[in-house]
Amino acid sequence: MVQERTLPQFHAPAAQIAPEEGLRLYEDMILGRFFEDKCAEMYYRGKMFGFVHLYNGQEAVSSGVIKSLRSDDYVCSTYRDHVHALSAGVPAKNVMAELFGKETGCSKGRGGSMHLFSSEHNMLGGFAFIGEGIPVALGAAFQSRYRRDALGDSSADQVTACFFGDGTSNNGQFFECLNMAALWKLPILFVVENNKWAIGMAHERATSQPEIYKKAAVFGMPGVEVDGMDVMAVRAVAQEAVARARAGEGPTLIEALTYRFRGHSLADPDELRSKAEKEAWLARDPIKRFEGYLLEQNLADEGTLKEVRDRIQTRIDDALTFAEESPEPSPDDLYKYIFAED
Amino acid sequence: MAETLLFNALREAIDEEMGRDDTVFVLGEDVGVYGGSYKVTKDLYNKYGELRVLDTPIAENSFTGMAVGAAMTGLRPIIEGMNMGFLLLAFNQIANNAGMLRYTSGGNYKIPMVIRGPGGVGRQLGAEHSQRLEAYFQAVPGLKIVACSTPYNAKGLLKAAIRDDNPVLFFEHVLLYNLKEDLPNHEYVVPLDKAEIVRPGKDVTILTYSRMRHHVTQAVKGLEKKGLDPEVIDLISLKPLDFDTIGASIKKTHRVIIVEECMKTGGIGAEIIASINDRYFDELDAPVVRLSSQDIPTPYNGKLETLTIVQPKQIEAAVENMVALKV
Repeated sequence: MVQERTLPQFHAPAAQIAPEEGLRLYEDMILGRFFEDKCAEMYYRGKMFGFVHLYNGQEAVSSGVIKSLRSDDYVCSTYRDHVHALSAGVPAKNVMAELFGKETGCSKGRGGSMHLFSSEHNMLGGFAFIGEGIPVALGAAFQSRYRRDALGDSSADQVTACFFGDGTSNNGQFFECLNMAALWKLPILFVVENNKWAIGMAHERATSQPEIYKKAAVFGMPGVEVDGMDVMAVRAVAQEAVARARAGEGPTLIEALTYRFRGHSLADPDELRSKAEKEAWLARDPIKRFEGYLLEQNLADEGTLKEVRDRIQTRIDDALTFAEESPEPSPDDLYKYIFAED
Repeated sequence: MAETLLFNALREAIDEEMGRDDTVFVLGEDVGVYGGSYKVTKDLYNKYGELRVLDTPIAENSFTGMAVGAAMTGLRPIIEGMNMGFLLLAFNQIANNAGMLRYTSGGNYKIPMVIRGPGGVGRQLGAEHSQRLEAYFQAVPGLKIVACSTPYNAKGLLKAAIRDDNPVLFFEHVLLYNLKEDLPNHEYVVPLDKAEIVRPGKDVTILTYSRMRHHVTQAVKGLEKKGLDPEVIDLISLKPLDFDTIGASIKKTHRVIIVEECMKTGGIGAEIIASINDRYFDELDAPVVRLSSQDIPTPYNGKLETLTIVQPKQIEAAVENMVALKV
């Protein structure tokens, strides 16, 4: 097991959070976790197909960042996109229906697990190839600046959050887009979810400088590392980055140190990660940690947290029923959506 | 009427559309301060500012992807490929994102963008700068592919491409920028999906596009002297193909010669022949003939380069042979 990086210090008790806001974050993390657990169950029962990449363990990043955004901000994701879509407000039933390939899915059953889209929720997509979502997110951020500065629309202060993994930080599009974002001071957050592994390639074996946040400096951009298992810490850095972006002060690179509790995809035998490493990270489960925080700070009691879990479980069960009962796309619509007029 | 060079016709199209719709913007390498490598965006930077005529770093895949994101969120980007060959570097963003994303997203997003620039075999530019990428891209779902060939159609087609809600690959030819033509003073738009009948005739249908239209026109002069009457069609739209116009011509002449600058293998002509066999086989009096570039990297040497692409004499001979049924 490679020596773990020292996590940046964050003093959570000093962070101010209203009880309702704490519960909102908790609910979002529970939603992500329960949704993914249901996906695994459905996949192993042969109800769901294709490549399915689950987010278990990384919930603090999605909730901490996306819940720091406004509803008119943009979110851009990767192939591991279910939970980003949920945090962005895409209803669980429409995400589940998409995974079942149904017409009621958020991409009308044409996209699947790695291609979740919702224009209504400014969810720019799940992008299946490494790095290709970064320039698309950059384009959304450019659009905000264009509306504000070229078209004089002072209300155009939307921010874009662009998620990707440690493996992507070795891809050219990462460097090219950091350059352009800093050059043009675009309102964007580059959020690296460093879960240490690109399928079977350990991060340290793939990069000459494992501390990804340091790569921001050469572009004159703030780069911060954060404990990606602590939603309060993620939220704090995200809020600061969002405020900077919205004020026209440009992009931020956030490296969230996190871990996926399952294999790369449900097809991955996950043989390379050591038991000791997995156990060490499982012990830092972001949901358990946040539960402890909410209780310690008297922001919620056990009963309230259980109510949240029960409510979310019902929502997941309803989503599953909805997905199963929804119709498949009509064969007559095979060619629909090729062109804008379709 | 005003005599206009082709590159200026394109510039007028962009200028008019940027004036008409403030969501239209240009991005690419040296499009702004420098005015474009072929001066298609000359002075537009001064007129519209640095965000609407955006000089990008040399990062084709990333600025192409950026245009996709801007198009998804309501802008109408025009990418200038300094040389269309560079777009190989953006193949993923053009195919996976510009081409397929609307379908993959179940209609959530539309991608109104134009990718334009010079392609084709120039004068001893070497293999990498002499590419005809239209054939590479024709299999990508969701793309429209257009090739202009005269100042008139260049201007009208580019305006139509900018107004289209789909991603349009717009091919210009590096050797046609200085063609001159009197253009109307009034505004006009040329539809993207219509082939142009360059010369009506009855003996044989010649299907061509881009610079080869002018090689065909040269060949036709010789053929006319020999009393032959070919019909010449400029395809304009390489995807989708205008089979209404192509089919009507085949029903008249029953013979087809395709003249193209792309390579023979997997080329535009290959697709046309297959489609003609599907649709009009019974109309044909002879097998379809295609004259294409050689299947080689375009050589630098001038003589070898000339041998690589189709010359007017070869077109003349092919038409004569076909009419004499010596195919």
